[in-house]
Amino acid sequence: MQLNGYKPKIVAFCCNWCSYAGADLAGSSRFTYPDNVKIIRVPCSCRVDPVFILRAFGGGADGVMICGCHPGDCHYTSGNYHTRRRMKLLFSMLDYLGIEKERMKLIWISASEGEKFASAATDFMNTVARLGENRRLGDLRCKSKTEQN
Amino acid sequence: MQKQNGTELKNKAKQLLQNKTVDRVAGFCAGEFAYDPSPCVFYSAEEIEENMIYDCFCSPNFSKFLVKETKKPGRIAVFMKPCDTYSLNQLITEHKIDKDKIYIAGIGCDGMVDVFKLRNKTGSAILKASCDNGALTVKTPDGDMTFAFDEVLAERCLVCKSKKHVYYDELLCEPSFETDTGRFDKVEQIEKMSADARYEFFRSELSKCIRCNACRDACPACTCETCVFGESSSGAESRENANEFEEKLFHIIRAYHVAGRCTDCGECSRVCPQRIPLHLLNRKFILDINRFYGVYQAGETVGQIPPLTDKNESDPEV
Repeated sequence: MQLNGYKPKIVAFCCNWCSYAGADLAGSSRFTYPDNVKIIRVPCSCRVDPVFILRAFGGGADGVMICGCHPGDCHYTSGNYHTRRRMKLLFSMLDYLGIEKERMKLIWISASEGEKFASAATDFMNTVARLGENRRLGDLRCKSKTEQN
Repeated sequence: MQKQNGTELKNKAKQLLQNKTVDRVAGFCAGEFAYDPSPCVFYSAEEIEENMIYDCFCSPNFSKFLVKETKKPGRIAVFMKPCDTYSLNQLITEHKIDKDKIYIAGIGCDGMVDVFKLRNKTGSAILKASCDNGALTVKTPDGDMTFAFDEVLAERCLVCKSKKHVYYDELLCEPSFETDTGRFDKVEQIEKMSADARYEFFRSELSKCIRCNACRDACPACTCETCVFGESSSGAESRENANEFEEKLFHIIRAYHVAGRCTDCGECSRVCPQRIPLHLLNRKFILDINRFYGVYQAGETVGQIPPLTDKNESDPEV
């Protein structure tokens, strides 16, 4: 999917128990979602350290989404409640530093919500595409020569 | 202007050693310059008599230093300002400090001098400095100068969070409950700026960082034995920042790792050789925690559950 020839890079951290299975279901149910969403499987959304998110941006991502089980459904009982608090603070801090908070998203997707995964990924992709390239939290060395200019 | 003077502290320290309440006393001895007293440990009354000092430049927070000091045998006495006791309480909560090995004498505080501010104002070498009666008198090669205390007070002291000692074995001053609520004003002011202005502000501030790690080393909440900034796999190992991204990564993560445990003691900004207002990041986290999860002051009592360890089903969504 492209917007004026620009194709953002999206990293999606997906919880093994819900969202990853949700993404899998999206595929097996033949719902399409943008091919520039790169999925990283994590044991729980709570495993996502703020460093991972920052490094994803540093490594060239234009948007990062974290997908976890719905509140109350965590495989480890309470992991997603912790994720919620952590991400709320992290996103608020990035916004404070002037970095567009629309580039980050926390979303709850269960294993049966393949369609929700596909539509959330598409929506997020469109939002990020409108924002354009991530320049505020990127490591220039990760960009190609033409992108740097 | 401190409420206890050097002589009172000396006598107290000697008394504690002589009646065997403690085996050693942590305090300050004169440093290379008039404005940089060095922390040191005294083992005898003679050493105390000879070397111990206390003035309005003795601002270091001794809490973190007690983490290592309490692993040694014997009991140590420490004089603490109100703000230091918050950090101490937080460390006791985290089981980093053994309460039985410390003896805390609470001392009153009216704020400490910001050496950078003072040096900017004097514009020349400071040969001698003395503070009394709400004024600071400085001897320089160009003659004597006097400053009102408010002019040279550290930022963290101008918006002092509390004058209340939350932990002590003995209080040498009158108990006080004064608190200030103005410490989030600057954060709120920045929040009102446009995203571009905020970005430019922090970019220019953080670009001054030389990655000396002083903020991490001085922070009483940073007590991990293996730090993420020492691990090469973290992508943020101990080295100079290679670019803007690494500056941001370091400072966001440094502040984030102490979120919920930061007592807002202001040591990070005090020790920064580049004068980066690091407390603005920490205060943002404190303010957000207060807004989202209820007012929380780290270190207020022993045994509190930090907000990032806690959870609630009714927490606001991101």
